[in-house]
Amino acid sequence: MPYAHALAALADPTRRAVFERLRAGPISVGDIAAELPVSRPAVSQHLKVLKDAGLVRHEAAGTRRLYEVDPRGLGELRSWLDRFWTEALDAFKAEAERQSHHRPRKRSR
Amino acid sequence: MNATTAAAHVEPVVKTLRVKATARHAFEVFTADITRWWNRNHSINPTRSPLAKVVMEPKAGGRWYELGEDGSECEWGKVLAWDPPRRVVLAWQISTQWTFDASLHTELEVRFEPQGSETLVTLEHRFLERWGEKARETREMVDGGWGGLLERFAASAEGRDPE
Repeated sequence: MPYAHALAALADPTRRAVFERLRAGPISVGDIAAELPVSRPAVSQHLKVLKDAGLVRHEAAGTRRLYEVDPRGLGELRSWLDRFWTEALDAFKAEAERQSHHRPRKRSR
Repeated sequence: MNATTAAAHVEPVVKTLRVKATARHAFEVFTADITRWWNRNHSINPTRSPLAKVVMEPKAGGRWYELGEDGSECEWGKVLAWDPPRRVVLAWQISTQWTFDASLHTELEVRFEPQGSETLVTLEHRFLERWGEKARETREMVDGGWGGLLERFAASAEGRDPE
């Protein structure tokens, strides 16, 4: 499933906390570690998983490396939801038109 | 909307389709008759009981939940707005782990616009970024401005089908 990586990556509460730190804009590993009860190496590891899941990307700022949200990652989740609703609405349309055809004056309750 | 909010913003999923039925009928099938068309595999009941029924209580503030064959109930969200036959807004409180999460509020709005003998149905699933963020202060995002989105929505509602 294409969205599985993003879901799995965000399932871990600490990793989610790391991800939330990126919300305010690009941030360094050191700054994330300073705000959380997590070591720098652990933050780096979480960022690697988030990056592999397509949720995070990084850019060089001088000698520092800054991490930020990669909108394409959540986009993957969104794409999955897009297909989910396409299928659901197809089924809805079929049912609505079937009922309309056979039972135009249907009442409920 | 400021740049930092925009960075984490995820475009809503917007779907439009034409249904050969009246708006009233389409609304009723979407809400009261949802069990008839909802994919039985799309169940999140932790008891794993087969899905017997999907219930959307017909009022603002009503519950939206699935009923298992074993009689168990599993919440999906809430009915936020109930305006038959034109519009229903639902809270979709299902986490990325496919469990009910009372603290998560993504939103689903479905509109039914008569077009001659047919109905244009527009579904919008929004606030998707909350899945990833579980933002502590979601209010600022709600207030952040949805201008472009509303324009797009207006286009659909007015019958200017984006497809």
